[in-house]
Amino acid sequence: MDTKRTTFNNRLLPYLLLAPQLAITLVFFIWPAAQAVKSSFEREDPFGFSTVFVGFTHYQRLLADPNYLDSLWRTAVFAVSVTVLAMVLGLAFAAAVDRLARSAKFYTTLLVWPYAVAPVVAGVLWWFLFNTSTGLLPYFLERFGIRWDHDLNGTHAMILIIIAAAWKQISYNFLFFLAGLQSVPQSLIEAAAIDGSGPVKRFFTISLPLLSPTTFFLFIINVNYTMFDTFPIVDATTGGGPAQATTTLVYKVYQDGYVGLNLGSSSAQSVLLMLIVMLLTFVQFRFVERRVQY
Amino acid sequence: MVENRPFLTFLTHAFLILGFLVVALPVYVAITASTHDISTLMSGPVPLLPGSHFIENYSTILTSASAAHGLPNYSHMALNSLVMALVITAGKIAISILSAFAIVYFRFPFRQLAFWIIFVTLMLPVEVRIMPTYKIVADLGMLNSWAGLTVPLIASATATFLFRQFFMTVPDELLEAARVDGAGPLKFFRDILLPLSRTNIGALCVILFIYGWVQYLWPLLVTTDPGYYTLMMGMKRMVTVQDGVIEWHLVMAGSVLAMLPPILVVVFMQRLFIRGLTETEK
Repeated sequence: MDTKRTTFNNRLLPYLLLAPQLAITLVFFIWPAAQAVKSSFEREDPFGFSTVFVGFTHYQRLLADPNYLDSLWRTAVFAVSVTVLAMVLGLAFAAAVDRLARSAKFYTTLLVWPYAVAPVVAGVLWWFLFNTSTGLLPYFLERFGIRWDHDLNGTHAMILIIIAAAWKQISYNFLFFLAGLQSVPQSLIEAAAIDGSGPVKRFFTISLPLLSPTTFFLFIINVNYTMFDTFPIVDATTGGGPAQATTTLVYKVYQDGYVGLNLGSSSAQSVLLMLIVMLLTFVQFRFVERRVQY
Repeated sequence: MVENRPFLTFLTHAFLILGFLVVALPVYVAITASTHDISTLMSGPVPLLPGSHFIENYSTILTSASAAHGLPNYSHMALNSLVMALVITAGKIAISILSAFAIVYFRFPFRQLAFWIIFVTLMLPVEVRIMPTYKIVADLGMLNSWAGLTVPLIASATATFLFRQFFMTVPDELLEAARVDGAGPLKFFRDILLPLSRTNIGALCVILFIYGWVQYLWPLLVTTDPGYYTLMMGMKRMVTVQDGVIEWHLVMAGSVLAMLPPILVVVFMQRLFIRGLTETEK
């Protein structure tokens, strides 16, 4: 890792400058993470007086627990659905805005603000729209013969949180895709146009392939977002139900640990989640180009 | 534009306007619902036109404490949200710019290690270490306090990386000139680096303000005293009613108030927002 060609040569100062950041990181990030790893290998007696080392027991139990595997599967479905939905819509909006030179800024303003809506608010808004007794959407769905009930129907509850989570993320994907599209060299587009390919063909044969670094980067970021930042949506609306249908991995850590006080299992789940984030972060930094490059 | 296709341009506009309408639908419905009374809302699907209870609903939520949920009034919670967002923003920027300065402009033992420790925070979001972090904060006696609400969220790898990247692009000649003129590190930082970083700081402020404003899980864990509730906690408490009906007219008024400030920030500081977003993430 590089520094400047010339540097200052104080001995103490750099440590003082780093001290606040490092102190907070050690106390509130690394120490708790280490504790999680430690207590995932231990069992505490009910009164908290003594702990016994139990090896991989918690992990073995977890991976044999149908509830946990179920939650893992649901999280995967949730993450992929949100990612695909939010990316496809973000790309469609970006492609449309990219076509319009003059009103691009106007439409960008119309489309970016959902990013600023808190996840819990986004969840509550969609929950209200889909509310069985007062909501607008069940009223219309009824006409198509669909009886919407996310309080009883697990699939409906899952669709609800997918829509709420994707809605918030569209603007993010839109902005990155738009930046990517705007850096596609104009000469390539013009050359293709002269050769007689229309806008749709140009989009699929030139712009889309050139966007692949952006697409891959966004895929990782979206999966990360859906797995970890959507806790408020689940917590304030479905509460993980009905019958665990929307219990994501993060929500389960919270329920088993903070609500259920099952420390060993919750810690083991935390450690598994850390491994997932590490994998995602590794992929992001190792394989993803930081900028859109051609 | 490569070629002129009026019909396609028309379709593009139509698609974007339709898209905007769909995206804005939940917010529009929230705004209309917040102007009706509860009996109108409960008697069927939400009316699509605003009602006449705008002033009544908003003044109820802003001034009177909702005793049923043990909540303080919304102005109090909005103030809490604002303080929390501002402290987190200022804190993150301050400690990140200092760490980036140390990492870029000094050579010292364990520099690499310090960098990696900061990097690791990216891999440890609160969500994956809920219990042990809660325990630390409890052991330090920081539950139900401003310090507990804000300090643990202040460490920031992304902001540090952004400043580091920016400092690497600052010409070395500036540092050499400053040294020739006898400026020490702190004077160089204050008089040269800080003014040069203005735009980056502005962009980060926008992103971090939103980050702080929408925090949910952390306040949920560390505050049980309603005096410290933020707007997001208020939302949660108002919709988790054990029995009885959710007061949708007030919940929607509350949602509108909770989303308004960050949306205004994004819309009016759009350039800084986009810059901050595209440069900090990753």
